[in-house]
Amino acid sequence: MSLDINQLYVSVCGSDTFFTFRGEITSERINAILEDIEAKLANISSEVRMQKKVYNILVECLQNLYHHADTVPVDLIEQLGNNYGMVVLKKLDKGFSLKVGNFVVNDKVKFLSEKIEKLNSLSAEALKEMYKFILTYQKLSPKGGGGLGLIDIARKSNHHLKYYFYPYDDTYSFYELDIIIV
Amino acid sequence: MDTLLIEGTPKTPTVRFDASKGLVELKGRSIPENSIEFYKPLVDWLESYAKEAKPQTQVNIQLEYFNTSSSKCILDVFKKLEVIHKANPSVTINWYYDQDDEDMLEAGQDYESIIRVPFKMMEVTG
Repeated sequence: MSLDINQLYVSVCGSDTFFTFRGEITSERINAILEDIEAKLANISSEVRMQKKVYNILVECLQNLYHHADTVPVDLIEQLGNNYGMVVLKKLDKGFSLKVGNFVVNDKVKFLSEKIEKLNSLSAEALKEMYKFILTYQKLSPKGGGGLGLIDIARKSNHHLKYYFYPYDDTYSFYELDIIIV
Repeated sequence: MDTLLIEGTPKTPTVRFDASKGLVELKGRSIPENSIEFYKPLVDWLESYAKEAKPQTQVNIQLEYFNTSSSKCILDVFKKLEVIHKANPSVTINWYYDQDDEDMLEAGQDYESIIRVPFKMMEVTG
């Protein structure tokens, strides 16, 4: 039986969410989400340092969805729209949990898994050096992506990244990235 | 040479590049989805300014947030300033960061280690 995307969203949300969104990720939608989250973060008594980290990481995640989410499987386009993304933010006793998800073509699963495993294996100092190396030597893609988003998320979150690929069909999987921000 | 003035928006910084004062300022947020388009006129302006740079250029970077797409464009801005600095007119980059924002301080230190222009880390309190 193939993945039920609605059921997955419900189970990822669970209870006690701080902010949730699922739907098409457009530039306007990103603006609205950021505005909403900034206001919510300002309303809780969390330290400014944490508010900035959450906002910064969220910006990268949303823009990753905007630039890199693959199209939605044909049989789901009517229901989910073309550039579907999922965002679930929860406040923890210490820090925040941010889960983001999007469809990817199965060809990318190995590359993404290896990239995240690599980042998880690096020390803070090694992540910093990798960031600086790519910043210095890699050109921006025509879309404006710099290959730095995941590294920046890993650096700022101070925590290992978790990821899941839920197979949908022969072409697509749903990619979920779980970030703990401490 | 004309002053380059761009009003800030929720996603792009306020820009004030004033050749007559030798002043280069970026303030606010830089989180556009595609930063190349925003930064191109800034880099072009600096290329022209390099031909008539003041003996001293003061650069003030006071960003609340910037995304990784902007980080590369900011590096391009700094590379232009590095060329000016190498050709003798002196350039100083003042990198402002909020006292609670260690990530912004670290970002400034990253640039400082890449670009051969003197940086001053300016902590903003309160």
